[in-house]
Amino acid sequence: MRWLPALMLLAVSGASAQVDSVEGFADPELDARYRDLIHTIRCMQCQNQSIAESPSVIAADLRREVRSMMAEGRSNGEIREYLASRYGDFINFLPPWKPSTWLLWMAPALLMLGGGVVFARVLRARMRQPMEKLE
Amino acid sequence: MSMERTKAWRYAIPAAVLAVLAAFFFRGLQLDPAYNESPLVCQAAPEFSLPDLADPSRRVSRADFAGRTVLLNVWNSWCAPCREEHPFLLELARIGVPIYGINWDDDRDKALAWLNEVGDPFVASAVDEVGDVAIAYGVYGYPETFLINPEGTILVKHFGPLTPEIWAGKMAPAMEAECAVD
Repeated sequence: MRWLPALMLLAVSGASAQVDSVEGFADPELDARYRDLIHTIRCMQCQNQSIAESPSVIAADLRREVRSMMAEGRSNGEIREYLASRYGDFINFLPPWKPSTWLLWMAPALLMLGGGVVFARVLRARMRQPMEKLE
Repeated sequence: MSMERTKAWRYAIPAAVLAVLAAFFFRGLQLDPAYNESPLVCQAAPEFSLPDLADPSRRVSRADFAGRTVLLNVWNSWCAPCREEHPFLLELARIGVPIYGINWDDDRDKALAWLNEVGDPFVASAVDEVGDVAIAYGVYGYPETFLINPEGTILVKHFGPLTPEIWAGKMAPAMEAECAVD
């Protein structure tokens, strides 16, 4: 089993190198923007991979579409908005801030707050305990 | 005494949290993760004009649907579920349902050979070489089938093979229902 880690490493490096080097832009700034953007767009077919990581043909089609929209001079926001209008918000790894996602976005803060309240109450109860015993 | 009662009540909290989580997980198990509600349902079907698979000098466009309820089916010759649904598409074509095809991510010769082999249920198939039409329709797999009404509004977007169950259970009721375009 000594070869297993090497094999796993190979699988991981293979997955992250899906975007072939021919794709992209000659302009380094545009190219960097492109590579960042495709990592935030979900491959709807494979669900938990971005279109940058997925080897599927449809992911390649979506990357081509993103490139052509970028070449037309559209902003990241416009591209995201267009894709969401066709596929739904699910296609973006960052869900938008709107009534149906308020709870989702607020959840970490609410959980922290709830946990903090419980923690404070437990601490206070324990601080009171020895005093009561003394009485 | 009152202290004891408060403590007993507290044991109910984890049980309640567990019950809520279990309810969510149970619901989650019954949902299909591949199914996503399309924002295009009840919207106008996107315009397109693409070369005809059979005769590339001709165009297939949304205008061809004019005034009829049609099915728009995204397919290609190498997708296994396309082959699976194919006999039912032929059956629908036989009873007079106009079916248009969008041939996506395919090779023209292979597509024509495939239709020759299994039969051609399509009034016409449009070749989407660039893929922007399929993306405009929010397609993320093959096959996908759209039910479009005479006004050009998308009534149903179905991901996966079209079956008699989907046709009778999802598409037939949608043809009767009201669908307002925003």
